[in-house]
Amino acid sequence: MNYEPVIGLEVHVQLLTQSKLFCGCSTKFGEEPNKNTCPVCLGWPGSLPVLNEEALKLALKVGLALNCEISGRLKFDRKNYFYPDLPKAYQISQYDNPVNGKGWLEIEYKPNKAVILSPDAEASKMENPEAQGDSQKVQDDKKMITKKIGITRAHLEEDAGKLLHEGIAAASLVDYNRAGTPLLEIVSEPDLRSPEEAYAYLTSLKAILQYLEVSDCNMEEGSLRCDANVSIRKAGESKFGTKAEIKNMNSFKAVQKAIQYEIKRQTDLLESHERVIQETRLWNETKGQTFTMRSKEEAHDYRYFPEPDLVPFSISKETVEGIRKDLPELPVQRVDRFIKNYSLSDYDALVLVQDKQLANYFETAVAEKANPKLASNWIQSELLALVNSNKHTVETLPKFFPATYLAELLGLIENQTISGKIAKDVVAISYESGKSPGTVVKEKSLEQVTDTKLLESAADKIIAAHPKSVADFKAGKRQALGFLVGQLMKETQGKANPKLANEILVRKLS
Amino acid sequence: MTGSSIKAEKGNTPLHQLTFKEAIDYSKKEGNKTLFDALISRAESLNPRLNAFLRFNKSDSPPHPSPVTGPLAGVPISIKDNICIRGLETTCASKILAGHVPPYDATVIEKLKTAGATLFSQCNMDEFAFGSSNESSAFGPVKNPWDIERVPGGSSGGSAAAVAADMTYAALGSDTGGSIRQPAAFCGIVGLKPTYGRISRYGLIAFGSSFDQIGPLTKTVEDCAILMNILAGHDSRDSTSAPNPVPDYTKALTQQIKGLKIGLPKEYFVEGMDKEVEKSVRDAAEIFKKLGAEIKPVSLPHTEYSVAVYYIVAVAEASSNLGRFDGVEFGFRVPAKDLKEMYFETRSQGFGAEAKRRILLGTFVLSAGYYEAYYLKGQKVRTLIREDFTQAFKEVDLILSPTAPTPPFKIGEKSSDPLAMYLSDIFTIPVNLAGIPAMSLPCGFTKSGLPIGMQLMAKPFDEETIFRAGHAFEQETGYYKQKPKL
Repeated sequence: MNYEPVIGLEVHVQLLTQSKLFCGCSTKFGEEPNKNTCPVCLGWPGSLPVLNEEALKLALKVGLALNCEISGRLKFDRKNYFYPDLPKAYQISQYDNPVNGKGWLEIEYKPNKAVILSPDAEASKMENPEAQGDSQKVQDDKKMITKKIGITRAHLEEDAGKLLHEGIAAASLVDYNRAGTPLLEIVSEPDLRSPEEAYAYLTSLKAILQYLEVSDCNMEEGSLRCDANVSIRKAGESKFGTKAEIKNMNSFKAVQKAIQYEIKRQTDLLESHERVIQETRLWNETKGQTFTMRSKEEAHDYRYFPEPDLVPFSISKETVEGIRKDLPELPVQRVDRFIKNYSLSDYDALVLVQDKQLANYFETAVAEKANPKLASNWIQSELLALVNSNKHTVETLPKFFPATYLAELLGLIENQTISGKIAKDVVAISYESGKSPGTVVKEKSLEQVTDTKLLESAADKIIAAHPKSVADFKAGKRQALGFLVGQLMKETQGKANPKLANEILVRKLS
Repeated sequence: MTGSSIKAEKGNTPLHQLTFKEAIDYSKKEGNKTLFDALISRAESLNPRLNAFLRFNKSDSPPHPSPVTGPLAGVPISIKDNICIRGLETTCASKILAGHVPPYDATVIEKLKTAGATLFSQCNMDEFAFGSSNESSAFGPVKNPWDIERVPGGSSGGSAAAVAADMTYAALGSDTGGSIRQPAAFCGIVGLKPTYGRISRYGLIAFGSSFDQIGPLTKTVEDCAILMNILAGHDSRDSTSAPNPVPDYTKALTQQIKGLKIGLPKEYFVEGMDKEVEKSVRDAAEIFKKLGAEIKPVSLPHTEYSVAVYYIVAVAEASSNLGRFDGVEFGFRVPAKDLKEMYFETRSQGFGAEAKRRILLGTFVLSAGYYEAYYLKGQKVRTLIREDFTQAFKEVDLILSPTAPTPPFKIGEKSSDPLAMYLSDIFTIPVNLAGIPAMSLPCGFTKSGLPIGMQLMAKPFDEETIFRAGHAFEQETGYYKQKPKL
């Protein structure tokens, strides 16, 4: 039996405001517990919320970038439930009138190989093997798939605090520093059909959020969180199967793996004629499995109702248009520009653009006269490999190997000062030492040998030393030439111009 | 009489009997120490009988024997125990908040302090303002100074009884469904529920957020206007507070009421209401007529749904507002083996019966499957009730009605019948549903000597017209001069 997975994602992103959603407390991460608190975010009796308009502005930016219908009216609701990290026993959220309504987002990926971005080093190795390979190697030419994924809504709400259990016997502590931090919950339609699509969706969403500068999207610090709704149905059916909501994934890769696992679990159930139960499940990263957290019957009744402490108000058309006008260049637009201006392939443009810093690095190198196509190749292969193997991030790449270095390096290759092969060594040394490629080449005397006389005398030496190979070649064995060229390269410590070495040997042997 | 023990007197009036205005004038000349001492001595003798104060004599600043400046000149004032005062225990008369000390001042407290008032005492109330008789306080009921076998009304019963018994010069209360006006009527004093949004709610421990308003309880209409000048105004910390400019309310006191149109809503004079109350209010209408006002019948057709709507919407909000009292952050906690049991035991033992009743009711009407039938429907009817007033105020400037359908009832008389208790707010609730301002002021006494209050309602933000008419009536009748025999 063939099954089709149906996946929808709920992404919570922390908006990059200075202060919390309904009070003036700082949103700074990593402070001493309960330092960033006041009567409002602690839910002290008698305190009242006042909206942080900056958060609304950031929410609208995202809504516009995701092509959402903007409701034009801001209304909040209370979501009631008891938990010690929720000071008021309700969360101020938006229920039936989200600030951003229906929209869409375009994802682009290669089937069975979503574009994986650094700094997820491990993922990069697994998913993008050619990135480790030769920079000159042609990218795999599988067709890119483009798909529009519906956005159901993107609404504003406040975050809860954090419970701390470690190191305390029979007690828990609460840190309310995060309580009241503005979140945007972005809910997708159940339009995703594979773990790869889910991955591609997250990557492109993250790119948009980073371009908008509305969130730092740091999953480890919790500024981006993702829950997945997963169900399966028989291929060709239009009715949805029973879904499970999966929580507790702490990387995009984990989301992909959890969905993969969940699809298999549900398929196995159906194959053995059992039913999928509607429930919330937790992903266990170590075990690589999902486990029941609570069933539908145990689900909360949140008793939503309009927040009486915040009077609904209209968002004017001018406000919305003003924000639209100020939107920065978004990833889609940048991809188009990269393809058009730099003649990059769809795939290369996407890989660069989906990481804003990587794209900026690329453009800086190009501005320094680097050949765009070569720059793209070198960034995606050698440079990302170095970043990953050193466990660095793209953010720090310019510190170790500035874009000007890349331009300089490509210049050295183009004017034949060094060969592509030597260039790889130069990059590694340069990255390590901080010295510019030119300096490295000079200090290590790595200039390519293009001196014909020098190469001819070396060729004579090789020919004299390997009579058997010479005989083989003359008898028509072409591969013997390869051996002789290799010997010549060895003789010149790899510095011989390979093309010239080849030519000289052929001439001398014929 | 405790007043006789006070040395300094103004004319023949014992100091504790001064109005707020008179006390301000006195303090500007003589200082507030004698005023303070007079009240302490009064409270020490009366509070054991009336139980109006939960705490008193915890002055934030020492009283001065020399002249005091500032608009309120250091005059002692009392605060309902649901308004947060920095550093002072504030409990909402609930066990669950026993020992709770707010780390901040409510906006009204800040304003009073800035104006130079002395925060003198904190008043008993129905637990979390849930009640019309002050019997639901976790710290015992308040007694009506006019007859200690009777209730002072609620929920601001402590505030009203203290003002009526001259234990304080003025008090703050809060009004969600009549909680300032009904006790003011039962205790024979003046109580104003301002327009929703007129006074900041920041620091008022919420009951029904879309209804709650802080307001003054005073001996005279003038005292009320003086306090409104201090309390009213926009507050950036309360999104529901209105930006409308604040007039000088005392200026309205001198204006004539000739030509003022006053409506009598036929739905408020129904079969079965107390005859003495009805007569007293109809007599009041005649007095207004004599003073030059025009009396007109008006209709508020959706009045009969008010109590039902109120007990859906207000309790829904209350159930959510009271969720935070769960033993985690504030006040009372019952230690237990796990989180669920801690929640359960803390709330079971911490809340009184009426609070539990309203939390359950509110939780029910917001539950999945019932929300549309109750809460949403309730909000729609609320809109109709608001519309009733809009229509009526096209024809009249004020609406006059009884404040409560009966004079003060006996302690215990309605405490076992919640519905009968809820109906004692039948004339005050529509005002909160509509968000309009209304004042209760004395309009006579029953044969047995119990005070009767009438209610003057006005358009949103037209407190001035209420002051104008209320002051004229008060000066004409002088009911405020009568004192309970204690």
